Amino acid sequence: MTASLKDVLNSGKFVITSEVAPPKGTNLEKVLHHIDLLKDKVDAINVTDHQSSVMRFPSIGGCLAIKEKGGEPILQMTCRDRNRLALQAELLLASTRGINNVLCLTGDAVPVGDHKEAKGVFDLDSLQLLKTIRLMESGKDLGGNDLDGAVEFCAGATVTPEAQPLEPQLIKFEKKIEAGAEFFQTQGIYDLDNFAKFMKQARQFPVKILAGIILLSSARMAKFMTENVPGIFVPQSMIDELAAAPKEEMLTKGIEIAGRMIATLKKDSLCDGVHIMAIGKEEVVPDILAAAGL
Amino acid sequence: MKSITRQKTFEEIKEQLTGLDRVFIIGCGTCATMTKTGGIDQVQEMKSQLQEIDKLVTGWTVIPIACDEMSELAIEENNRAIQNSNCVLIMSCALGVHTVSTYIDRPVIPALDTLFIGVEDSPGYFREVCAQCGQCVIGETAGICPITACHKGLVNGPCGGTNNGKCEVDKEKDCAWTLIYERLKAQKRLDLMRKYQPPHNFQASPRPRTAKIS
Repeated sequence: MTASLKDVLNSGKFVITSEVAPPKGTNLEKVLHHIDLLKDKVDAINVTDHQSSVMRFPSIGGCLAIKEKGGEPILQMTCRDRNRLALQAELLLASTRGINNVLCLTGDAVPVGDHKEAKGVFDLDSLQLLKTIRLMESGKDLGGNDLDGAVEFCAGATVTPEAQPLEPQLIKFEKKIEAGAEFFQTQGIYDLDNFAKFMKQARQFPVKILAGIILLSSARMAKFMTENVPGIFVPQSMIDELAAAPKEEMLTKGIEIAGRMIATLKKDSLCDGVHIMAIGKEEVVPDILAAAGL
Repeated sequence: MKSITRQKTFEEIKEQLTGLDRVFIIGCGTCATMTKTGGIDQVQEMKSQLQEIDKLVTGWTVIPIACDEMSELAIEENNRAIQNSNCVLIMSCALGVHTVSTYIDRPVIPALDTLFIGVEDSPGYFREVCAQCGQCVIGETAGICPITACHKGLVNGPCGGTNNGKCEVDKEKDCAWTLIYERLKAQKRLDLMRKYQPPHNFQASPRPRTAKIS
């Protein structure tokens, strides 16, 4: 039987999580394959929730599949697509199916996705969703009514260590902890000195921090991310390292870089674990773990 | 404060006028004149465009304040031309369209889309600063409304899409929470940002909203 994420987080071991993305459609072949590949190699698997505001098979569907296969799922919940009734209802469903880990996210903006004319809901924000989870655990819903049947979750949130300016991000980070976040999976980090500075602040709080590791599959991708993705900073030396590799070996180089970062984070006890995001290249996550010596 | 409008495409206006060939045009001398969407010049331009597609324009007027009850008088003055039409095309915000519709038995057709209530930051540049939500928080956010100025209407601080002071949806748009942070910091009131803001009460002013002043 798989250990619960809560137990793993409290065990003191270096925690490894990764994520899978549900399909656009009903063909689950690929996501099920990724779950099979990861479920025994990582401590828990996130299932993304219409990532980048692109309509897909739901996160909870992917989480159910992970449960069926004996893995430990983390339900990603954004506040973009559901109001407070729908969010609470989904938490009830998750609880009855043994899906006990929730990552609370605000969610990307609607116009960045593929249904640009849709209404962004944002009835709650990520903080209010965390509070809602803690409220429901006390036996009440947001309307002040009693719940028939208890729920219990391990609730997490995200933080962007490279956000500029950083202070507002840190204020929100603290507010998320006060609202009940037990663990954080960070936005992708690449500059370990910067991350160490962030961790110095974060270590003041009783929460577990899993550093976000996004696989760089090419120099072009690295450059694009650092120029376009909010909160992502890839040092030029890393982009150069990728660019120096022959084209057919760039992915191998990216795997090596990710593995090296994970090994350093673990060796220097910089954080409590990592969250590996391979973004479409989930099949190489085991290779990243091998490169990290895990 | 101005009601900010944008003219519908002529195609859409034409579509709304299907089967309605005799048109009386009403503009507004206040907001729609300032936004250059329903002043004298735009009304006359509309008249020419309608004539080009073989509509008969029975007359036109620019009411000083279309949303005011005085509109009734302006409509009476133009009664003959309005009676001669089979619809009234209104180049004002929806408040004006609504008001005029209560005094006219002809179909009213809006020529404009009403976008928001905004202020004019610089000549010709209008910006929404209040969403009229009925639960004002700007005393705690340094005068900047996060419900309006943040794309997602977040009240507890910036999201992960904040990007060097700009917003993930538009690189030109300022991140509301960076602005709020900077102002609160300058005022030495950053503690306000640490305060938890509960979920919005959408029944603070139930829709449709009304108010009775005694």
